[in-house]
Amino acid sequence: MTAIHVEGLTKEFDGFVAVDAISFDIEEGEIFGLLGPNGAGKTTTISMLATLLEPTAGTALVNGVDIRGDQDGVRKSIGIVFQDPSLDEELTAWENMDFHGRLYRIPRDVREERISTLLRLVELDDRKDSLVKTFSGGMRRRLEIARGLMHEPKVLFLDEPTLGLDPQTRNHLWHYIKSLNADKGVTIILTTHYMDEADRLCDRIAIIDRGTIIAMDTPEHLKGLIGGDVITIASPDAASIPAVLTAEWITRIDLHDGRVTVHLREAESHIAELVGLLGSHAIEISSVSIHKPTLEDVFLYYTGRTMREEEADAAARMRMMHRPGRR
Amino acid sequence: MDIVYTLWLRSIKRYVRSKSRILGSLGMPLFLLLALGFGLNSVVQIPGAQGAGYIEFIIPGIIAMSVLFTSVFSGIQIIWDKQFGFLKETLVAPVSRLEIMLGQTFGGATTAVIQGAIILVLSLFIGLQFPGISGFLIAFVFMLLIGICFAALGIAIASKMEDMHGFQLIMNFVIFPIFGLSGALFPIENLPAWVRMVTYLDPLTYGVEGIRYGLLGTAAISPVTCLAVLGGSTAVMIVIGAALFRKASI
Repeated sequence: MTAIHVEGLTKEFDGFVAVDAISFDIEEGEIFGLLGPNGAGKTTTISMLATLLEPTAGTALVNGVDIRGDQDGVRKSIGIVFQDPSLDEELTAWENMDFHGRLYRIPRDVREERISTLLRLVELDDRKDSLVKTFSGGMRRRLEIARGLMHEPKVLFLDEPTLGLDPQTRNHLWHYIKSLNADKGVTIILTTHYMDEADRLCDRIAIIDRGTIIAMDTPEHLKGLIGGDVITIASPDAASIPAVLTAEWITRIDLHDGRVTVHLREAESHIAELVGLLGSHAIEISSVSIHKPTLEDVFLYYTGRTMREEEADAAARMRMMHRPGRR
Repeated sequence: MDIVYTLWLRSIKRYVRSKSRILGSLGMPLFLLLALGFGLNSVVQIPGAQGAGYIEFIIPGIIAMSVLFTSVFSGIQIIWDKQFGFLKETLVAPVSRLEIMLGQTFGGATTAVIQGAIILVLSLFIGLQFPGISGFLIAFVFMLLIGICFAALGIAIASKMEDMHGFQLIMNFVIFPIFGLSGALFPIENLPAWVRMVTYLDPLTYGVEGIRYGLLGTAAISPVTCLAVLGGSTAVMIVIGAALFRKASI
């Protein structure tokens, strides 16, 4: 069964194309990741699928329901955890859950039972009567996830679920998300700009950049596509390195951010030769490392840029677009 | 209806919890009541109000003022919900925006009436004669209408505002004029004709006169007219508020 079917979905803001005719399908029970730098169009995509934004063009079916035709039908079958906090801080954890349950017209007895179960699941039952303003960032996030599950949605959207959380809490949340998916069969779509998060959590990943999907596959396939190993060299005169490294065992060289990444096979047997080569040209090396390709390398491979560069760029584009007034 | 109730319940819970806000917003009306009431009581003679001093005269006006301010603020609070993200949680639920708007309006109106009722009770200690149950009830009906009307106005304003920066502007050019022109502090009968025309355009005038009729038994405008005009204004304000809130972006 297809949980989500997206076809040519497009969103334009005053001539700026935030999402450019993307298409993809998500199977029921999948954990699907939208990976990309800030400003790539991830949140805009999710907002359209959750009926919070009207698409400029294209269609999407969520659980078989058209997002433009029957908004309430879509809303009933999805849960969403927004990127920005969306709890009422002046209410307690229990009251926030209760409010949500009432909005989705869950009868009182079912509501109360689910609230206790879910608060136990996210380990907040001992704090259920505390005001949310006394909660830490991780606790709020967990409460939001519990709240998003209350009406038992078939599809759960998580927009940057671990943004700004400490590593321990992130691990904790990943564990929840995994078990939710496994135990309840909830289809999960999450956006992230953390490579490791997408890698560890997702069954399939769509890498999105400047509003278009540039690659979509399982994390293993995406990384396997590059093949071999990656050597990263940091150097004060990084710019002169590519000219030196012309050996035939090098499959690809990228220069960015004062670093050079070299794609090759059997890095271990070539590293000595490589360092020697640079030494003979009197090129100083500040650090050198060998690693298996990561999703960061995949992104670099497809765009020729790192995510960090792309983010700085997107921020500049956004500022240009939104200069008059708006935040 | 259950959705409206849910939103209403949230407003009430938040109101009851914000003790400092309750106390804080009692300060200004009480200060005005004491300063203007006692300060001008011996100087000002209200024509036509036999025996009643200035302090009795402005009590309904001050009650109307605290209902006005509390209800507008509670409507404008939607901006906070917008900024703290809570509004998104409400808007992504399978409920209509009209239900959300009505819940917010009635919640704001309820807190505003409570606030006005506190002033009303305190007024009994500084010179207001107990007007009888029916008098109280009439006053409450008008307080409730003022509350609903101006909570809806607050939501209409909030739907058009991005953040709290425009708040001063709204205070000085919308809320204070509504209060100042309403005959809360002065009798409207003796005003120059053109100023009187302006006060007749202000919905709060009919609220003030209605409460005055309930508490003092006399008013410059007949209570039936007051009820009709204020009731009509409230209906119009709900329609405008709902329409603007429906189009509001998050």
